[in-house]
Amino acid sequence: MAESATPIVEIKGVSKVFQLQDQTIHALSGANLSINKGEFICLIGASGCGKSTLLRIMAGFDQPSSGEALMWGKPIAGPDPSRGMVFQDYALFPWLSVRANIGFGPASRGLGAAEVKQIVDKFIDLVGLSKFANAYPHQLSGGMKQRVAIARVLANDAELVLMDEPFGALDAMTRERLQDELLDIWERTRLTVVFVTHAVEEAILLANRVVVMTPGPGRIESDNLL
Amino acid sequence: MAIVETVSAPAATGAAGPTRAATRSTWSRLKPTVLALIVPLILLVFWQVATTQQWTRLIPTPYAVGEYMIDFAVGGIYDDAYSATLTTHLLASMSRVYGGFALAALFALPIGILIGRVPTARMVLDPFLQVMRPIPVTAWLPLSMILFGLGAKSAFALVCLGAFYPILLNTIFGVRSVDPKLFEAASMLGCRGNAQFYKVVLPAATPSIFTGLRLGLGLAWFVIVVGEMTGVPQGLGAVIMDGRTLSRTELVICGMIVIGLAGYISDRVVVALGNYLLRWSPNHHG
Ligand SMILES: Nc1ncnc2c1ncn2[C@@H]1O[C@H](COP(=O)(O)OP(=O)(O)OP(=O)(O)O)[C@@H](O)[C@H]1O
Ligand SMILES: [Mg+2]
Repeated sequence: MAESATPIVEIKGVSKVFQLQDQTIHALSGANLSINKGEFICLIGASGCGKSTLLRIMAGFDQPSSGEALMWGKPIAGPDPSRGMVFQDYALFPWLSVRANIGFGPASRGLGAAEVKQIVDKFIDLVGLSKFANAYPHQLSGGMKQRVAIARVLANDAELVLMDEPFGALDAMTRERLQDELLDIWERTRLTVVFVTHAVEEAILLANRVVVMTPGPGRIESDNLL
Repeated sequence: MAIVETVSAPAATGAAGPTRAATRSTWSRLKPTVLALIVPLILLVFWQVATTQQWTRLIPTPYAVGEYMIDFAVGGIYDDAYSATLTTHLLASMSRVYGGFALAALFALPIGILIGRVPTARMVLDPFLQVMRPIPVTAWLPLSMILFGLGAKSAFALVCLGAFYPILLNTIFGVRSVDPKLFEAASMLGCRGNAQFYKVVLPAATPSIFTGLRLGLGLAWFVIVVGEMTGVPQGLGAVIMDGRTLSRTELVICGMIVIGLAGYISDRVVVALGNYLLRWSPNHHG
């Protein structure tokens, strides 16, 4: 592997243990992964092998039980606007319009109204939802909601976009459209993307690197550059 | 004229179509009202039959009550102590209902938020409030008169108590049942700590809080008669209590009808307000 630049994210011997009543669940054990800037990584593996757990650790929602998760060499201490998560079930704010959902991050970072509007206009256009700017999430289809969720993290200047089976709940045609759009956005913005999926075809279509995790205690089984 | 225009406009395209379409649209507009009137009309007929057949002698006929209602509202028929006093009594009751309700909201909202979000506050306040909750407002009547004296203050306090619990319980439920994903989404977007309370907890809880306020206002109307058993001279509850002591059943029934209608109109206004404010919420269209 090329050792030329510092990786954007490094996962070093990360284990994660959950205590469920009297059971101890090893969701991850000694996972190692190094992600370079601009990569589109697909993370695949059987259900329950720890993909979501690894993604949540990268996002900063959970802390590893042991090992280290680093971004630009610094430990990931908590959620941060530089790492945006796109959830499978969207997690949009239902009381905010499409426009306000996308503007939530920029507004929270204290940008002025004019600046927020400019950013929102740009990203609403990027995901093709200008006509629905004032709609509320419950008035949108699943594919449209997922576009809002993507625009929301992009509008917040995320360098690393973490996506946990984002298209899992969509029909085949919508999924294909969104896959194309996502690749298009990735090519234009050169983001770093970690994309969890069950579907091998999806992984091969999207990724320039496919990481396979083993079932049981999560471990990286193979790592293929495409 | 405008209606004639819209009805005749499609006439050019089809011969039999427009009249049927017009009939259908008139019917679909009137349908809710017609359906809603069925049960009251059956009751009215039953009431009429029961009183004219003399199944009971203690209840006046609908006609007598109707006549009395007009006198109660504008006077000019009996000209007794209650003629043309409806507005006075209605306004007196409304001031207690809305005043008591506002007071209840003033207490219940912050306490509910506190119990819902702060574990220590929950442990201190929740057991006490849960024990107080089953005690009906009627049971509080004597104590309330001792504590607040005979009159308006007591009425206020009782209405307030009646509206308190639905607001409290729904507020607690609302602020506790925020989807945890929304906190994660907010924090990854740069909204952390106390800002999350205003930007996530409060808006997410508004549908529940609104339901609580609606129920609370309904209960405020529900307990107004008990509230006005405290020796207040004016108010619909006072009128009903007077009617009882004077054995004037038509007065009692008039008071009941006015409370029912006022409570209903008040609720429709609140629902309309909620539909507008909560238009983002898919399951909030009452
Ligand atoms: N909060 C939690 N508490 C307890 N156990 C958990 C928790 N989160 C995950 N686990 C366990 O960790 C293991 C890995 O879960 P994870 O969600 O990471 O799997 P996954 O690879 O994303 O699966 P899927 O493809 O079905 O989404 C599972 O056995 C799961 O039961
Ligand atoms: Mg998962």
